[in-house]
Amino acid sequence: MAVSKTDSVTVRSPTDIVLIRQAVRTWTAELGFSLVDQTKMITAASELARNLLDYGGGGTVRFEVLHEVVKRGLRLTFEDQGPGIADLDQAMTDGYTTGRGMGLGLGGAKRLVQEFEIASRVGAGTRVTITRWK
Amino acid sequence: MEHIPILHMGRFLLVTIQVDMHDRLVMALQEDLTNRITEVGARGVLIDISALDMVDSFIGRTIGDIASMSRVLDAETVVVGIRPAVAITLVELGLTLSGVRTALNVERGMELLRAATGIRPGEGHDGGVED
Repeated sequence: MAVSKTDSVTVRSPTDIVLIRQAVRTWTAELGFSLVDQTKMITAASELARNLLDYGGGGTVRFEVLHEVVKRGLRLTFEDQGPGIADLDQAMTDGYTTGRGMGLGLGGAKRLVQEFEIASRVGAGTRVTITRWK
Repeated sequence: MEHIPILHMGRFLLVTIQVDMHDRLVMALQEDLTNRITEVGARGVLIDISALDMVDSFIGRTIGDIASMSRVLDAETVVVGIRPAVAITLVELGLTLSGVRTALNVERGMELLRAATGIRPGEGHDGGVED
């Protein structure tokens, strides 16, 4: 698997969430994603970018265009140095939230992409990686 | 701070969302709308989101909250113009907007408001036929 294009964007304020959405729109359109696939990736990115801000105290989003033999995709990595998540299973459960949201962010984002990975260490931070293929 | 304009038409309020909304703008809309409902005694609120290319759980929840608050203030809310790709994504995300009335477009949304309130748009405070 080859990575052909990368970028990194910082999320520090709600306005940055909008910038992330716009960047995902541009990158997925360039990759030739259908409108529905673009919308799913943008929505997943919006959920995870908000998590960075609400729970991680801000963080970064890394954009990577992936190439495999017959397919191309977009991988997004959301990383923060926040408090981390003690119980990942619980955090992934729909309806569970420690904040003001609906508890749909992680589980919902996972349903909107093809590959989803989460790694977290209490006191060190959280990293979520999502990939959608064209 | 920027605000989303709220149009006042008789007993109805009309909102067309034209921008990619950041969270504070969504919260401001919620507050502005509930204030306007009480100010003008609105009976119906129509929110056109046909320009929105995505609705995430935050925006979806706020739309639901606006509908609930309007109902408490004796006004019906109809959300119109949800794009097909947005509808597909919302349901997969796990958000069904239950409790929010929706219509395909502004015209059908107005029909729904008229039917729900018995008021025609344009009928204002003077000589309206409500009740």
